Amino acid sequence: MVELPTPRRGEDPYLRVTDLRVRFDTEDGVVKAVDGVSFAVERGRTLGIVGESGSGKSVTSLAILGLHNAKRTTISGEISVGGRQLVGLREEEIRRLRGRDMAMIFQDPLSALHPYYSVGRQIAEAYRVHHPRAGKREARSRAVDMLGRVGIPQPAKRFDQFPHEFSGGMRQRAMIAMALVNDPDLLIADEPTTALDVTVQAQILDLLADLQAEFRSAIILITHDLGVVSQVADDVLVMYAGRAVEHGSVERVLRAPQHPYTWGLLSSVPSLHGDADADLVPIPGNPPSLINLPSGCAFHPRCRWAGVNGDRSRTEIPELGPAGAPGHLVACHLPVAARERIYRDEVAQVGVAR
Amino acid sequence: MNGVTNGQAAVAGDAGRLAGEPLLSVRGLTKHFPVRQGLRARGAVRAVDGLDFDVRPGETLGLVGESGCGKTTTGRMLVRLLEPTSGSIMFAGRDITHGGRRELRALRQDLQIIFQDPYASLNPRHTVGRIVAMPLQVNRITPPGGVKKRVQELLELVGLNPEHYNRYPHEFSGGQRQRIGIARALALKPKLIVADEPVSALDVSIQAQVINLLRDLQRDLDLAFVFIAHDLAVIRHFCHRVAVMYLGKIVEIGDRDTIYTRPQHPYTRALLSAIPDVTTLGPAGRIRLTGDVPTPLNPPSGCRFRTRCWKATDHCATEEPALTTRDDGGQLTACHYPESGPVGVPTGEPGSNERT
Repeated sequence: MVELPTPRRGEDPYLRVTDLRVRFDTEDGVVKAVDGVSFAVERGRTLGIVGESGSGKSVTSLAILGLHNAKRTTISGEISVGGRQLVGLREEEIRRLRGRDMAMIFQDPLSALHPYYSVGRQIAEAYRVHHPRAGKREARSRAVDMLGRVGIPQPAKRFDQFPHEFSGGMRQRAMIAMALVNDPDLLIADEPTTALDVTVQAQILDLLADLQAEFRSAIILITHDLGVVSQVADDVLVMYAGRAVEHGSVERVLRAPQHPYTWGLLSSVPSLHGDADADLVPIPGNPPSLINLPSGCAFHPRCRWAGVNGDRSRTEIPELGPAGAPGHLVACHLPVAARERIYRDEVAQVGVAR
Repeated sequence: MNGVTNGQAAVAGDAGRLAGEPLLSVRGLTKHFPVRQGLRARGAVRAVDGLDFDVRPGETLGLVGESGCGKTTTGRMLVRLLEPTSGSIMFAGRDITHGGRRELRALRQDLQIIFQDPYASLNPRHTVGRIVAMPLQVNRITPPGGVKKRVQELLELVGLNPEHYNRYPHEFSGGQRQRIGIARALALKPKLIVADEPVSALDVSIQAQVINLLRDLQRDLDLAFVFIAHDLAVIRHFCHRVAVMYLGKIVEIGDRDTIYTRPQHPYTRALLSAIPDVTTLGPAGRIRLTGDVPTPLNPPSGCRFRTRCWKATDHCATEEPALTTRDDGGQLTACHYPESGPVGVPTGEPGSNERT
């Protein structure tokens, strides 16, 4: 067994991802699914990763858990969980961490739960894998306890039921119970509420917040729904075509966004407030192919302000740099003054960006 | 059945708002799916249980509710992909409730549907040109200038390149495929389009493009829409009137502004407050509904929402509230204890029956 470095200080973020790159070899070419993404999450904090399909948000989370097929995937960069470096670690060692120190809640609980085994048995199994000395009875009582904690009524009776006997919201609760059964310090929730109705979504988001307050876990919440992010996240990372385009506190990113893509997302979401008859302002065009990314800033073909700097947006990839407030980063070639003027005069007037 | 009284109330409540004959008129619409165990009948899923509403020419009605509330079944009955168990559907003055194939073919020229999943609703082996031309061929219509010209006009109308006539669906993205579905629905110049969750499978930036397109088409061609969605924010940007459904029944129906600013039914309020909105940071003033939607196999007696409602009393369990005007509201509400006042100030104590 390799010697694991001890965490340096208690203050250090629990998860630190540095310059992560994930590539897949396919018949059509190399897919650069994640291309140089860095972020950190402290215990007790929630990071929301926002982006459209194909932006690399799910690939990032699977890379943290070491769930990519090593034969077809090239991963570089650093992933440090509780002070341990994960990239390049052997499968058996990652397996020891996965489920115990870090756990995942998947989007679709019906396909993530095994239909032939009772819900309780699956949760107890997750416990026994990491507690080899625990007996059946102990695992069962632990699983029943967790089912009760996530708000499933009559947990002892529900233990023996099968996934098809649970409703959508109850299944997602069972998934959360399974993820939390070993008290993980890092919880990754990949679109945990997308398959659910709004009233049930509200229940699940409240549950996650309550559990976080209790266990002080670090949470990564992956979603395409800016509304969900505004409710539960402390920090936001906006991804586009495998790169981070904006990163900062939720107040900064949603109240004073700096990247034209974030502006586009905010003004294209229908809202319950504001003028219902005003047209939404969509982002023109479609997301790019990850095999053949546009040169320079990947967003430039869809950006209304790509021409402000001459050819720079088409030739040079923008680096993530400071955007005014401390901790707020943006990857855009627009000069700060121009960005603030455009946001104030052209963007802030429309849609929910107000 | 009290569908008749509800129907009369609906007519009376709507009459003041807009004059003119309704294009689509639905009374007591019901769909029960039998459930069998072996050969014996075991009851019925009461998917839709007595709906009354009207849609006038050029008007957009939003049907909103959670999964299992019967909104998709309703949409499928309106275009007669399903036959209603009881009730009636009048379209442009004709009763289409039980029409046969031949009768329906003529009807479908005026009544089209846009499906939810742009991947499953287009035949992968047909070119886009053939898909969009299909409604014309089936009805043996030769438009002036030929089929190809008409198809290219339609593709242009929905913002696609008319030169892509010969391409196959897999060559298009999700948003573009949904545009193809819209072009197909427009091919016969319909008067009413039933749109079943047309944007929920799309990414946010693409969703806005398609909503804007549908809005422009609705205004330019003066189309009437029945727009089915689970997302109240999307409905707000598209519909003149909104009907909120719960377990196969309409619980509240009225003008958009009334429904969104002064909803009376507790369920509408809970639904509105459950939507995470970008404009508010943090979980603010949310009404927490506990539990799940009950099964439509055996819906609760009386008011169907009472099992999750914080205002429910014994009265709600025994008597079903009629859909009617309450407290001088502009909408019709099916609730014994309607809320009053603008939204955001819940009058009840929603936290009182929380489990936590």
